[in-house]
Amino acid sequence: MLRLALKMLYGDVAKFVMLLGGLTFCALLMTQQSGVFCGLMLWTTSTLRNIKVPIWVCDAKVEQVNEVVPMRDIEVNRVRSVEGVEWAVPLYWGIISARLRDGSFQPVQLTGLDSATMVGRPVKMTAGNIEDLRLPNAVVVDQIAIKKFKRKGIDLRVGDTFEINDKEARVVGICYAEQSFLGQPYIYTTYERALEYAQPQRKQLSFVLVKPKDGVKEADVVDRIRKIPGIMAFTDEEFNTRTIDWYIKYTGIPISFGTVVLLGALVGIAIAGQTFYLFVHENVRHLAALKAMGAGNTLLAEMVFLQAFTVGSMGYGLGVGLTAIFGNIFLKVGEPPFFLPWQVLAFTGAIIVFICLFSATIGLLKVIRAEPAIVFR
Amino acid sequence: MSVAPSEFSNGNREIAVATRGVVKTFGRGDNAVRALKGVDFEARCGEMIMIVGPSGCGKTTFLSVICGTMKADAGSVNVFGTDLVHLGGGKLTDFRGRNVGFIFQQFNLIPTWNILENASIPLLLQGQSRRKAQDAAARLLTEVGLGRRLAAYPRELSGGQQQRVAIARALVHEPRLLICDEPTASLDAETGHKVLDLLKASACRDDRCVIVVTHDSRIFSFADRIAEMEDGLVKGVYGAGEYKAHYV
Repeated sequence: MLRLALKMLYGDVAKFVMLLGGLTFCALLMTQQSGVFCGLMLWTTSTLRNIKVPIWVCDAKVEQVNEVVPMRDIEVNRVRSVEGVEWAVPLYWGIISARLRDGSFQPVQLTGLDSATMVGRPVKMTAGNIEDLRLPNAVVVDQIAIKKFKRKGIDLRVGDTFEINDKEARVVGICYAEQSFLGQPYIYTTYERALEYAQPQRKQLSFVLVKPKDGVKEADVVDRIRKIPGIMAFTDEEFNTRTIDWYIKYTGIPISFGTVVLLGALVGIAIAGQTFYLFVHENVRHLAALKAMGAGNTLLAEMVFLQAFTVGSMGYGLGVGLTAIFGNIFLKVGEPPFFLPWQVLAFTGAIIVFICLFSATIGLLKVIRAEPAIVFR
Repeated sequence: MSVAPSEFSNGNREIAVATRGVVKTFGRGDNAVRALKGVDFEARCGEMIMIVGPSGCGKTTFLSVICGTMKADAGSVNVFGTDLVHLGGGKLTDFRGRNVGFIFQQFNLIPTWNILENASIPLLLQGQSRRKAQDAAARLLTEVGLGRRLAAYPRELSGGQQQRVAIARALVHEPRLLICDEPTASLDAETGHKVLDLLKASACRDDRCVIVVTHDSRIFSFADRIAEMEDGLVKGVYGAGEYKAHYV
């Protein structure tokens, strides 16, 4: 009978297509939008992955990694003096304009690394050598810079030059860096040269990057650093969570994406619920005939739930599949951001299960209430 | 001419259906409609008995009560020795599934299943394997002349052919009681005649009891007896010839 229940479902092609379309659209909308949202949240913390260090020290007013409140250079030495710190190095990080050969400007994220240790260096170099940053006016650019410069007609290569604040910047290497939330390319140079490129300010130190001694817990070192007045310290993981929390709390991004996800769920419930109810309503006479012929409510419930969950599974699979195709295409392009964690798939699956349960239940109530005697009317 | 049910029982055959004082009311208070007002009725195995009467006299309600798809409010409904009034929901469904075959006015074939699947439903509901159910259904469909169209869907068949599928479906599990609700109402005269021929030939064998509710006077001659209903009561039970001679 269950096989025949499925045949009943597939046989009503118009409603089956509508049900499948509704559920597919619902799953697609929820996973795709959640995927873009998660990708965007990843972008907000890309600096933490591009500059891999265990502990970040910043001004006490800093709330997330993309916010810079400059500190005095002396803070580096104060951090170095904390018990359990193996090393502490300065980092300059700021958005600044680069002037290209054709006279146009491109905002860049200037990252000044400690010239002695190169701590915070790019994770992956695709051309050149990071050590060459010690050469005069040397910078390393990321693949996003190459792409952005190319859009302006400039094919940037190792050896080429551009200007930052009227000072020459010579490309000595190309690296791979994760795209940032603002989408600006990363330009790496030494800390001292970054200060030369940047507008002079009384305080210019953006962050202090710290590594605890072997055997010393990061959390203990962070606690000790936090005791220094005016500065704050976070482990890499804490800073990551804090940054994402900040974007969720203080920007309209979650509401914007959440609304679309909610609409997706509501559209799914409305379309699937209504269509499935109509499907059952139109078949209620046949189901009542089965009842008259000896089908119990349990069997009819199995049939109705099987129909609902079959179309639900197919809709979920198609929706997630289309999202995967979308993600695959756009990850190659680089924009929009996309990241699909298993939690999104589980959440969407749970919503689809809810829609199926809801649709099947309202349909089933109709079947259970139907008296088998209606077949004689 | 009103006759007590027992006076028209056909010999020593087993009683298939016996009802006493069956009452059924729809609605409540001022809106209550008493559809059955204490029906006494008896049908025996091996006979085809037709229930006739004007629209609204309670024929269909009575048919629903004796086949167990509707509960009577009062009275007794005994089918093959089982009191349906006191049978619980699940047991009643099971009883119907094993003992009753149905032929409906609108055929009630499931349009998305082919006729072999439609005809095998009662056996599938009894838990028989698909193969066994379809073998039996194919035999019955061949018997009713549709052996070459087993894969056809109801929409591809004429009304008469669809009713033949319904007959095969009604008989496939060899029920002892066959309930037919206006089996010729959707058919032209010739097709209706053929369907009744078929019904009489295949249904009435094996000592089966066939109860037919109909308005169609053209098929009265197929009946062994005719029960006339009026205003929620069985007014009388007659031999088919006698009823035709006096009332048609």
